[in-house]
Amino acid sequence: MDYFAQQLINGITLGSIYGLIAIGYTMVFGIIGMVNFAHGDVFMVSAFIALIALLILTSWLGIVSVALALFIVLVVAMLFTSLINWVIERVAYRPLRGSFRLAPLISAIGMSITLSNFVQVTQGPRNKSIPPLVQGEFILSNSNDFPVTLSYKQLIIWGITAILLLAFWYLVARTRLGRAQRACEQDQKMAALVGVDVDRTIAATFVIAAALAAVAGTMYLMYYGVVTFSDGFVPGVKAFTAAVLGGIGSLPGAVVGGLLIGLIETLWSAYFSIDYKDVAAFSVLAITLIFLPQGLLGRPDVEKV
Amino acid sequence: MARMRLAGANIRTELSEALRDAGLTALIAFGVFLPLVGFQTITDIRDVLILTSRWPLLFALVGSIAAARFIYVLALAPRLERGALRLPQRASATAANILRNWFIPFAVAFVVVYPLLVVIAVGFGGAVRWIDNFGIQILIYVMLGWGLNIVVGLAGLLDLGYVAFYAVGAYSYALLAKTFGLSFWILLPLAGTLASFWGILLGFPVLRLRGDYLAIVTLAFGEIIRLILINWVPVTNGYAGIGSIPRPTFFGIPFNADDNGFAAVFGLEFSPLYRVMFLYYVILALALVTCFFNVRLRRLPIGRAWEALREDEIACRSLGINTTNTKLTAFAMGAMFAGFAGSFFAARQGFISPESFTFLESATILSIVVLGGMGSQIGVAIAAVVMIGGTEIMRQLGFLKQIFGPTFDPTQYRMLIFGLAMVAIMRWRPRGLIATRAPSVFFKKRRDISVDLVAEGRG
Repeated sequence: MDYFAQQLINGITLGSIYGLIAIGYTMVFGIIGMVNFAHGDVFMVSAFIALIALLILTSWLGIVSVALALFIVLVVAMLFTSLINWVIERVAYRPLRGSFRLAPLISAIGMSITLSNFVQVTQGPRNKSIPPLVQGEFILSNSNDFPVTLSYKQLIIWGITAILLLAFWYLVARTRLGRAQRACEQDQKMAALVGVDVDRTIAATFVIAAALAAVAGTMYLMYYGVVTFSDGFVPGVKAFTAAVLGGIGSLPGAVVGGLLIGLIETLWSAYFSIDYKDVAAFSVLAITLIFLPQGLLGRPDVEKV
Repeated sequence: MARMRLAGANIRTELSEALRDAGLTALIAFGVFLPLVGFQTITDIRDVLILTSRWPLLFALVGSIAAARFIYVLALAPRLERGALRLPQRASATAANILRNWFIPFAVAFVVVYPLLVVIAVGFGGAVRWIDNFGIQILIYVMLGWGLNIVVGLAGLLDLGYVAFYAVGAYSYALLAKTFGLSFWILLPLAGTLASFWGILLGFPVLRLRGDYLAIVTLAFGEIIRLILINWVPVTNGYAGIGSIPRPTFFGIPFNADDNGFAAVFGLEFSPLYRVMFLYYVILALALVTCFFNVRLRRLPIGRAWEALREDEIACRSLGINTTNTKLTAFAMGAMFAGFAGSFFAARQGFISPESFTFLESATILSIVVLGGMGSQIGVAIAAVVMIGGTEIMRQLGFLKQIFGPTFDPTQYRMLIFGLAMVAIMRWRPRGLIATRAPSVFFKKRRDISVDLVAEGRG
């Protein structure tokens, strides 16, 4: 039981990271119906930006307060990743609206290859590891010689994810931009006719998606303390799985799906086989798409002529 | 950025406009490249991550981007708007005929005599490298590209896990040849059959999905197969891979230095060149068979159904085509050729490991098909020659190391270039560089008709 509780805590932490990335997939899919294949690599790039910002702060500027450093790193990573994703949308996706159906996907695959290899070329192929930033943990229970712990960094991840989700929900549900996004999701042409700037709204969607991915990237770096250029691929596919599982296009679905995938992966590793944990996640993706393509919370997708 | 220009617009405003545009571009490029190009993380001797800055590189990059933008806005964009520099959108009928009538026979003749030419040019010793690295390596990718072309180019199904079938073919050959001692020529069709069986098995549940979902699920399947190859150690030997795989023989005569070897039987002096040449002709024959199938299949009802499916799935279904079966045959056919190529790959290398079957490999094959023009045979072949041959040439370019320092590895840039090229192709010539996506079967007159062409304004 204690073992299970511990896995639950680990799973929710991992699931928070997946959920944050999954929102990016689901938002972009919702608004332009495109699987943003490069999103996982945007996440990886953000982890690298966070790494560099952290090194500048700690070793060059000598900031010792971890809380302050983490906050600045988070903001810097969000800003730069948003800018990069804005440029990507501008260069690689916007000109393809109205091209044939698979064109944006192929372009996104090209972008994904470009991003990971760009990082490989500029930062080198080796693992980048940093000393642990946040140490310490709460011991929740210590029966049967198995301590159930909740580390501070897990708590930070939960807290930041919760705060950001609230802020994000407010943005989509209550603001002018959120209204424009929902309008574009329903009917771009009609939205344009009633004065919504469709291009700007789509660009804003990419910026928000990147900002959330950057939060996930910073958390990932803090949690695991290691990042490499190929780290975007597998988390990206898993986050996409989360988005599909929750119902692609549905925002609460992305969060629920992220948590589920995090839990499935952790529990699978804990009880069955750690070697096949990625197989488990990929199988969930295939099974969901085949048997439940609309996901848990999504609308059924009707193909129109 | 398109701007309306009045006749006789003042050159000075144009100049300042271009300057402002270039300045803005420089600012954005600076922001984009500041973290990753401006700084480098290096692990030092004590295994601690340290940071160094690279300001000269960053400013050179930003400067050249701004300069390119300046020239584009000032000089190229107005001319492009007037249509002066527009690339010819369609090769004219005579050009196409010349291509078909002269280039293709010439190309085929060239690849047939290529090994002999190499031997004449560089002699017996140096020829192995040229035939192996360039000839065989390129032809494997040409064959894979043509195989994937059936799935992506003809049937319009984006398959991101194509390398899985390549792996199935390679492992089928390796395992069966080592366990049962069967010969290459028996296992070649068997490996193809097994791969196409896997294609059906994986395709059956997923082919009802829409295009982009299908792509992701094939990606997932490709990864699952690779992970199984890594983790199923008793059978596949995991990361370590399978070594000493039996090499193909010349109708039972092995290529070795023994008394019953190829050289001894034909009274020649032993040289590894004979095996390489033999392998070259095997893969050439396999590739040509793939091409022949590809061309002939298009004219069969099934090929027409594939092309119709690519253009409009709903219309197909309403005309009574069983879309699932049609997609399944394309999938299985593509997988079969990947299986052939895979078993050849295993026989040629003598060693296989899951490293050879990563997503990157799928992406390479896909980019060959995309860049060559989905559906075009000759385009795919040229793309494979340029991309794979280009990589090999980059590997040979020693002088670049002298310019950029000893740590410079030009092959690192290979995938970066592939990725950028994929984006660029989708943006400017979505039908490929040498695209022919004209219907194979036509009524009275061959005309380009398809949904995406209508969108491009040519319908």
